[in-house]
Amino acid sequence: MAIELPENVVVSKLDELASWCRKNSLWPMPFATACCGIELMATGASRHDLARFGAEVFRFSPRQCDLMIVAGRVVMKMLPVLQRIWQQMLEPKWCISMGACASTGGVFDTYCVVQGIDRFIPVDMYVPGCPPRPEQLIQAIIDLQDKIQREGTITGREFGLAARQQTKRALVELPIISGAPVLSSITR
Amino acid sequence: MPATNETLTALEAVLQGLETSEFRGDTRATVPRESLAEVLRLLRDRRGFDLLVDVTCVDYLNYRDARDRFGLVYLLANTTTNERITLRVYVGESDPTIPSAVPLWEGANWLEREVYDMFGIVFEGHPDLRRILLPDEFTAFPLRKDYPLQGRGERHNFPVLRREEG
Repeated sequence: MAIELPENVVVSKLDELASWCRKNSLWPMPFATACCGIELMATGASRHDLARFGAEVFRFSPRQCDLMIVAGRVVMKMLPVLQRIWQQMLEPKWCISMGACASTGGVFDTYCVVQGIDRFIPVDMYVPGCPPRPEQLIQAIIDLQDKIQREGTITGREFGLAARQQTKRALVELPIISGAPVLSSITR
Repeated sequence: MPATNETLTALEAVLQGLETSEFRGDTRATVPRESLAEVLRLLRDRRGFDLLVDVTCVDYLNYRDARDRFGLVYLLANTTTNERITLRVYVGESDPTIPSAVPLWEGANWLEREVYDMFGIVFEGHPDLRRILLPDEFTAFPLRKDYPLQGRGERHNFPVLRREEG
């Protein structure tokens, strides 16, 4: 038995519809620490117009965001902050590592600069460049949208184990280097 | 403006055999560690050096003809006469301590904290000698020449957050 559908009706799976909604309403969290942040702002501004891809709502509270864009180098003192913000973001969430410094440490191969944020938090997309042009960031967001669409909601991470939910609730201080008082190690 | 003869005479009155030199209009004087506090007070109270421009440090490890491991540099200025002087004090590796200049110039507070943070020079009498730039847990002094540029693994010493952990 064939069902007649009007021309303006599309049939889809609920899963695909949910993914479609998700991918077109990304709310970025701008974690901008260096010159990549300027390009990030340019991406959001009128010329490059991130609103075309539904990702223009930059929020400075991690609890309102689902896409973290790390733009710039992350140093030792900043990494615990980055991890805390990542943990405060609600599922489902994604992360873009923008630029050479966030992805690999870039030219800053020194004692205090983290050599790639993907060592310590999960990253979905890497954007090369120093700094990348807004077009590159837009490309990364388009690719991320494809990934979100493919991923679907059935395997959605937000429906995960209860244990994981508890981990999130029990968000505590992140220890950096244990022990070692500072004043007693003067001769080192 | 280089230091005037009156200033140098006043310095020589307390330090016999004072070493001074001049380079492109800047006067430099080498002061022994024991008399640093006295010299700083004299310059401020009697010669009008009311501004401590900078306190910084040089590590002379493996340096040819080095007199000692560290050389502290004090840049002073007199804001009414534009007179300037650079003081250099050598301290050794085994006992890197020096009297603090905070009682004389309040602005020395953060300058000395930075020198402590990077070189591990201990300023005696400093009201709050903590690290200023690096995390408190950091155990080394990274601007010392025997500290490796890429560190000793401090930058990798963090917990790893995985996707499934949220």
